[in-house]
Amino acid sequence: MAIAHEFEYFKPESLEEAVKLKARYGDRARLLAGGTDLIVKINDELESPEAVIDLKGIKEMKRLEFKDGRLFIGPLVTFSELIDSPEVREKFPLFIEAAETVASGSIRNRATLVGNICSAVPSLDSGTPLLTYEAEVIARGEDGERTIPIAEWFVGPKKNALKEGEIVVGVSIPEPPKKHGGCYVKLGRYRGEDLAQVGVGILALEGNEYRVAFCAVGPIASRADKIEKLLQGKKLDNGLIEEAIKLVPEEIAPIDDIRATGEYRMHMAGVMLGRGLRAAVARLNGQGPEYGISVI
Amino acid sequence: MKKMITFTINGELRSVEVEPNDILLHILRDKLGVTSPKIGCERGDCGTCTILLNGKSVRSCLMLAVEADGQEIITVEGLSDDGLTPLQDAFIKHNSFQCGFCAPGMILAATELLEKNPHPTKGEVKEAIAGNLCRCTGYEPIIEAVLDVSSQSN
Repeated sequence: MAIAHEFEYFKPESLEEAVKLKARYGDRARLLAGGTDLIVKINDELESPEAVIDLKGIKEMKRLEFKDGRLFIGPLVTFSELIDSPEVREKFPLFIEAAETVASGSIRNRATLVGNICSAVPSLDSGTPLLTYEAEVIARGEDGERTIPIAEWFVGPKKNALKEGEIVVGVSIPEPPKKHGGCYVKLGRYRGEDLAQVGVGILALEGNEYRVAFCAVGPIASRADKIEKLLQGKKLDNGLIEEAIKLVPEEIAPIDDIRATGEYRMHMAGVMLGRGLRAAVARLNGQGPEYGISVI
Repeated sequence: MKKMITFTINGELRSVEVEPNDILLHILRDKLGVTSPKIGCERGDCGTCTILLNGKSVRSCLMLAVEADGQEIITVEGLSDDGLTPLQDAFIKHNSFQCGFCAPGMILAATELLEKNPHPTKGEVKEAIAGNLCRCTGYEPIIEAVLDVSSQSN
């Protein structure tokens, strides 16, 4: 038994060839890396591409490299490969903490970070670390290459900033300028494989600098500018955390759905923000729970 | 358009003609007679269609058959040339399955874990099988079997 929808399958061996194919088919073609989202979507008839372009024949797309202060993640790099990289773990611990909560091991063995951001669901676990580490997405089309700051990448639920005919060729993440601690807090219905009901990603940098982002509580994953502004330059204490939690309703717009009510999400976002801030600052100071230990 | 693909399955090189929209799980079961990967949710949630692709556990329901071209696949049928593996024996000893539907996927997920990490903690075992659903055992006998094998290996 096959998927009901029929399509043509291409497996180009070079990026140039892939770009040409994508330009030729435009939105009628879908790119295939891990396939963990795409196959479900085609099966459910949410997507009916005329052509599927498998990127796995393009060697350069497998690149995972830290060079000149930046981490480069190619479109074929899986979550498992990121988690298994000692360099990523050392330099971008928040990223690993979030990546380890993505689905389950055998999904992470196939699912790619680039695929995750291209699917752009509001609950994506990779969203808050990419936003707080201030990643850039590199896209290539027939007219050349452009760089899209991650803050401009998510444009709506399941919508990204790619133009028709463009292909993501990688994500580039700068190492934070100062020593940092991070914390990704994910609320799910149970431990194990589940999407986030609420996700909070926090970076605490030396010198009382904070970066905060939320996912699953609005149409897109996004930074919390008002909370960041409040925290900036201040030493974290209980009073400051209370003030930050009061700003949460100004930053997020959670909805009711099958996984949680908006009211519950709103309340938990505040609780998670407080605990996440404490853990991130503690980790910055070499204390707090180990990365991977949930604070809720 | 049909395409001829060739891959190694349980140590044997096999060729099969597939359509671009054929799912690997169905080709394994219906065309190659390898029936240990089961048809469960068919959307990557239940883990019963798990196979080892180049040594890593993956969901065969989320792979196009054409993606398997040139790869190496192992299912429980091919885990051992000679009887059962110590993990499979431990599954029997600990009554780690009842209906058996999840067992092939569980065993492959745990096999991958023990390859990578021969002495996992209970938490690591739970994490490794978190994507494999079992509706009979309550998971405890499965975790015990994996930890038992781990405690007996060097």
